[in-house]
Amino acid sequence: MSMKNNWQHRWRKVKSSMVSGLCLTCAAVVIAPLALLLFSLVKKGASSLDLNFFTQLPKAAGEIGGGMANAMVGSLVLLGLAAAVGVPIGVLGGIYLSEFGGRRLSWAVRFAADILNGTPSIVWGIVIWALVVVPITGFSAYAGGLALGFMMIPIVIRTTEEMLAMVPNGYREAAYALGIPRWRIVLHVVLKTASRGVITGILLAGARVIGETAPLLFTALGNNFWSRNLSEPINAMTLQIFNYANSPFPDQNRQAWAGALVLILFALALNVGVRIMTRGSAPHLVK
Amino acid sequence: MTPQPQLPALKITPSAQSEPPPPAPAQAAGKPATFEVRHLNVWFGAHHVLRDISLQIPSKAVTAIIGPSGCGKSTFLRSLNRMHDLVAGSRVEGRITLFGQDLYGKEVDATLVRRRVGMVFQKSNPFPTMTIEENATVGLRLNGVRQRSLLQERMERSLRMAALWDEVKDRLHANAMSLSGGQQQRLCIARALAIEPEVLLMDEPASALDPLATAKIEELILQLKEQFTIVIVTHNMQQAARISDQTAFFYIGELIEFDATGRLFTNPSKKQTEDYVTGRFG
Amino acid sequence: MNAAAELVKSGPPVGIVLAPPGRVADNVFRGLTWVMAMFVMVLLLLVGWVLWHGAQLSLAKFGWHFFVHSNWDPGHGDYGALPFIFGTFVSSLIALLIALPLSLATAVYLTELAPGWLRQPSISMIEMLAAIPSVVFGLWAILVLVPWMQSGFYPALQKLLGIVPWFQGRIYGQCILSAGVILAIMIVPIITSISREVFRAVPDTQREAAFALGATRWEVTRLAVLRYSTRGIFGAAMLGLGRALGETMAVMMVIGNREEIPKSLFAPAATLASGIANEFAEATQGLYLSALFELGLMLVLVTVATNVVAHLLIGAIGGQRSSGA
Repeated sequence: MSMKNNWQHRWRKVKSSMVSGLCLTCAAVVIAPLALLLFSLVKKGASSLDLNFFTQLPKAAGEIGGGMANAMVGSLVLLGLAAAVGVPIGVLGGIYLSEFGGRRLSWAVRFAADILNGTPSIVWGIVIWALVVVPITGFSAYAGGLALGFMMIPIVIRTTEEMLAMVPNGYREAAYALGIPRWRIVLHVVLKTASRGVITGILLAGARVIGETAPLLFTALGNNFWSRNLSEPINAMTLQIFNYANSPFPDQNRQAWAGALVLILFALALNVGVRIMTRGSAPHLVK
Repeated sequence: MTPQPQLPALKITPSAQSEPPPPAPAQAAGKPATFEVRHLNVWFGAHHVLRDISLQIPSKAVTAIIGPSGCGKSTFLRSLNRMHDLVAGSRVEGRITLFGQDLYGKEVDATLVRRRVGMVFQKSNPFPTMTIEENATVGLRLNGVRQRSLLQERMERSLRMAALWDEVKDRLHANAMSLSGGQQQRLCIARALAIEPEVLLMDEPASALDPLATAKIEELILQLKEQFTIVIVTHNMQQAARISDQTAFFYIGELIEFDATGRLFTNPSKKQTEDYVTGRFG
Repeated sequence: MNAAAELVKSGPPVGIVLAPPGRVADNVFRGLTWVMAMFVMVLLLLVGWVLWHGAQLSLAKFGWHFFVHSNWDPGHGDYGALPFIFGTFVSSLIALLIALPLSLATAVYLTELAPGWLRQPSISMIEMLAAIPSVVFGLWAILVLVPWMQSGFYPALQKLLGIVPWFQGRIYGQCILSAGVILAIMIVPIITSISREVFRAVPDTQREAAFALGATRWEVTRLAVLRYSTRGIFGAAMLGLGRALGETMAVMMVIGNREEIPKSLFAPAATLASGIANEFAEATQGLYLSALFELGLMLVLVTVATNVVAHLLIGAIGGQRSSGA
């Protein structure tokens, strides 16, 4: 066969280059919204990040100024409540799947977790509303925290299981051979070895739920003032951003940008921190 | 120092005296047997891995188990500390006694068995999130020993017995993974010795190590046999010849021959043994 | 070494007491982990039950008619889900039509074409996109993207495609097309990342064989990689679809929230998720609330079905993947 550079071959090469260029363009198009969004956030929000913003309460509609202090605290409080529910159940459940579970039961639990993972966040909101808000607590931080916590469980249970399953069996054997009781082996050897990965999973789940709005709409409800206790409605960053974004008042729009910037910085910092943590990960857990 | 009570004893079950005792090498007839194995059979699922093994393992001596790959050496070793309990689908039949006490009796707690019968594995596995000090004392700490001074003393003692003390005494707080392969394996030996077992089972402990590290381990074994009964599985016949007092040759799940090391290697009584030790197959 | 030998010769020290192992702690611990794992199943059943129970009134009154009735009129107690079903379906379809080719091209770029130094930063950027909260997307969409589209892009589109009835009529910024666009942006990361994994699962030997036959880069990709990966791509698309179906906040902020079937792409509409979120606060009486719960039940069933299909398709490629939406 001739190895000369005839026109057919040249056309195929040109076609290949064109497609490569097209793919590159698509990649750029895909990344562009991120760049634009971050640019808008910084441009419109950074200048509003003054001390007032971090310390004051929201002002009434139409008034200029105010801050998101209660929203920031509220988000952290809700995250804490969510973790109190999501972490123990998720980690212990993950331990069951990895260390104790029978084949069929484990499959069923994993399947259930995956379904729950894909459940739209608004559904969590109305379910907790029906289960907790109406009969028990009314709109409250408890209800909001519970909704977020339930959302955390399926994520944490899967990441915990994956991390524990990666611990080489040799360590379990060595611990058994020392006559250590099983529960201690699971906690002090297996979980300890996988701790970095497990904590990473928890942090990622936390980063995910702190950015949720829909589950809080009908549970935590939001609050223009400080919540005096956890059975009162509580404000959150996402709720406040949502309200201000939809507002006709430009000053509130401005604050929405600022709030979004703070939220993004927090979530991205968490993600980056997690990546740094796993980059220096010990060689015994090879991904 | 206040005298501490002994370890809780295994439940003593009446031993079946109707059968003659299993084969024991003539040379070790004077010493009492640590293990008496009678008609041991092991299955993994439907796979019959060990067939009708009977032998006695003498105390405070080194017994080597040799044979080609897949002959059941490791399976045999692991039945001595009930590691098969952890494998789903495994079945152990027959009788193994430790100093006269039935290892697999109904009321016997496998965890207690493993405190008396320690194990060192082929691939050294010090716990990666723990320091050298923590690794050496983990068997004590996770079994409820809290007293600092006791832990300190035991750690130094077991590290000395493993011939590792001088190399690590200045960096006990370093992570265990910072040690070389040979040092890690000696740390695993120290870890196993810290809980004062009576037996040490070793599953090809030096196969992953270079000759220098291997020599250190072999020297260590020769010293440890003064206090501990040692059973070592090895695919290295020269190693078995160097360090063991008696040797058992396994082939496809059966015990072919069990004799004093010198005799087994120079004048084996079975043809199969002779073929293996002279290298005609392997 | 001598010191060690002497130590051994000196015999064992006085025995120490180790804590008796005991069955109780082991069983309690195992039982505790079992309970927690079971809780996940209980939670799933609970979610299903609450939605089912909440939808009873509406199910009893409207039956099958609910799904095909296009009138949603709380004022007169008449409820039909068709506008929401339509809105969900169309907005997700638009999102998929936009996102799928872009994501695949990007995935191809990232796995086959990108130079080494550009690869990891690009991947990181796309993963960052996935981490942005929905409400922030909505904020940007409502204050930046939508005004721009309404003033520039949509009129141009109408001029170009005005013959088609879908592109006629008054141009609203907050419309079903805007919802489709913002959904597309939001689902691109997940389709891209799954597609990347699917492409990476193609063994290099396939590519090498194609190269050895003298194929160009694009031909290698087409013959060796894409053809091999159709199932996985389908799965990635389904996962993206599942995410789009359930998306609430960003959609709610740009779709216009009109509970009727839009007559054009530039008209406002509503989806199942946005409809529930928008009206829940006003649903005081029993039937209204029940109708919303029935919408929720439908939403969950559709999302679950999509995700299950996606898992079946992707599970065939490589191991278990937890669906972090």
